[in-house]
Amino acid sequence: MEKETCRGAFSEKILEEAKKDKDIVVVCTDSRGSASLGSYPTELPEQFVEMGIAEQNAVTVSAGMASMGKKVYAIGPASFYSMRSAEQVKVDMAYSHNNVKIVGISGGLSYGALGATHHSLQDIALMRAIPGMIVEIPSDANQMRGLVEEMLKIDTPAYIRTGRGAVPVIYEKETKVEIGKAVKWYEGKDAAIIACGQLVWRALEAAKALEEEGIHVRVYDMHTIKPLDQEAVLEAAKECGCILTLEEHSEYGGLGGSVAEVVSENQAVPMKILGIPDEDVPNGTDSEVFAYYHMDVPGIAEQVKKLIARKAY
Amino acid sequence: MKLTQEHKKQLMLQAADVRTKTVELIYNGKGGHIGGDLSEADILVSVFDYMKHDPQNPDWTQRDHFILSKGHAAEAYYIVLSEYGYVSQEELDQFGTFGAKLGGHPNKKIKGVEANTGSLGHGLGLAAGMALALKKNGKDNRVFVLTGDGELAEGSNWEAAMAASKFHLNHLTWIIDRNHLQISGDTEDVMPLENLKEKTEAFGFKTLVIDGHNYDEIFEALDTVEEKTPVCIIANTTKGKGLACAENQAGWHHKVPTKEQVEAMETAMKQYREELR
Repeated sequence: MEKETCRGAFSEKILEEAKKDKDIVVVCTDSRGSASLGSYPTELPEQFVEMGIAEQNAVTVSAGMASMGKKVYAIGPASFYSMRSAEQVKVDMAYSHNNVKIVGISGGLSYGALGATHHSLQDIALMRAIPGMIVEIPSDANQMRGLVEEMLKIDTPAYIRTGRGAVPVIYEKETKVEIGKAVKWYEGKDAAIIACGQLVWRALEAAKALEEEGIHVRVYDMHTIKPLDQEAVLEAAKECGCILTLEEHSEYGGLGGSVAEVVSENQAVPMKILGIPDEDVPNGTDSEVFAYYHMDVPGIAEQVKKLIARKAY
Repeated sequence: MKLTQEHKKQLMLQAADVRTKTVELIYNGKGGHIGGDLSEADILVSVFDYMKHDPQNPDWTQRDHFILSKGHAAEAYYIVLSEYGYVSQEELDQFGTFGAKLGGHPNKKIKGVEANTGSLGHGLGLAAGMALALKKNGKDNRVFVLTGDGELAEGSNWEAAMAASKFHLNHLTWIIDRNHLQISGDTEDVMPLENLKEKTEAFGFKTLVIDGHNYDEIFEALDTVEEKTPVCIIANTTKGKGLACAENQAGWHHKVPTKEQVEAMETAMKQYREELR
């Protein structure tokens, strides 16, 4: 499987776009290396701002620039941008309607053994509760490219979270992304998996494995957590009769919570929210942690079967 | 800019009006941060007189910018905005009622307001961002931001100060309403700020310490622009200035005066205005 990092795709795309639009500004927090910004700071120094290790100030200063017409992309670790800067996001970006896009890199469990300080497993819950915020978790590099293109067309504040490592490429190069619209994979009706980020390709693999056992599963790539594609959720509930959500996030308040809000109010069906439980996460790589919590390909398949068993009752 | 006697007198008369109307607004609206409103009044009157702006065209690209970082002291700000026609009498009359446009903290929905403030420690960073964007666009519009002093315990101010200095934002002027009081008492007991001048200088600002009720000193300070460094004006003020019962009283941080106290102030201000004339 061909693999590519989403952060690399973002940086490549934003450099290309920034060369055409001098109002695009990239803001860093001592993170140009980890963001894979490459030649951007040297090629476009006038469109680059280094804020040092100060995410709160980076968001506020970005908002100030945005209020003067700049299109600001603040890029740095998702854990610090989402949690530490939550108030700046709420006040200076969202409530103030400033066109700042946060690109939270090394999101979720990407930092692995660096531990809880560096994991961002509460960011969806935080960001989606803030009025007016768009929350996006692209699932591969090409989706990230398409997403940047769409983000440049709107002046809504947004939080885009991406992982650190290379992930399998599942979309074609020029794939168009529609913000707020899930991508449906397969037509199975035994169960629906709604996933985001680097769990999408795992969900697709699990669906393929289940297909071999005669279990027909469909997968929705819910790259936009907010505004949530409610139509897709209801379609999944009605046509499949059960939903498993899959996310690199606390099982509280994230994608699963978002889906459950829609399902419980409109079309109650059995659900399984598969995420990180409310406990200290063992040290290890993201893949090792996924396996530990039954979120690897075999684990997902096993959980889908358990969910289907609950359907009839 | 050297102030003429006539100009100075006109500003002092306007400030007396602003103080009276602020107290009346708080009395009618049944709430407001009266102490900080009255300490900042002369600074607001001065900045709005000094800076380039056009009430007929609030989005004028040549305008200077002002951010009230101490957003809780909104009432005096609303009165000054109304003096210039940004805010209408009808909007002032609705203050304190359900659905009022003028809330307890300023918002960009109000004509003339440049930033949504209220959470402390945001204004300096926003101003730095605005000044940075202007600089990148090759513009020399000034950006003025007024913070409180108690507010400076928020670390975000110092992150912003570092950045303002790093980016040589010489068109940024940070004014500190140094009234020495916050809701719990003296700033030096709650979280000491001194030596504030040295602190701001250490963060790369050219710092001036002035009497925040003296128009000659305020205008001279507003006129100060350095070649590379941002300017900080520590304006020593009296919290509650002009409302005798509230002056230098921490308890008047947020308090509604009685009818008698309002009337006493109206009488005192009337007399003050007559003496000035």
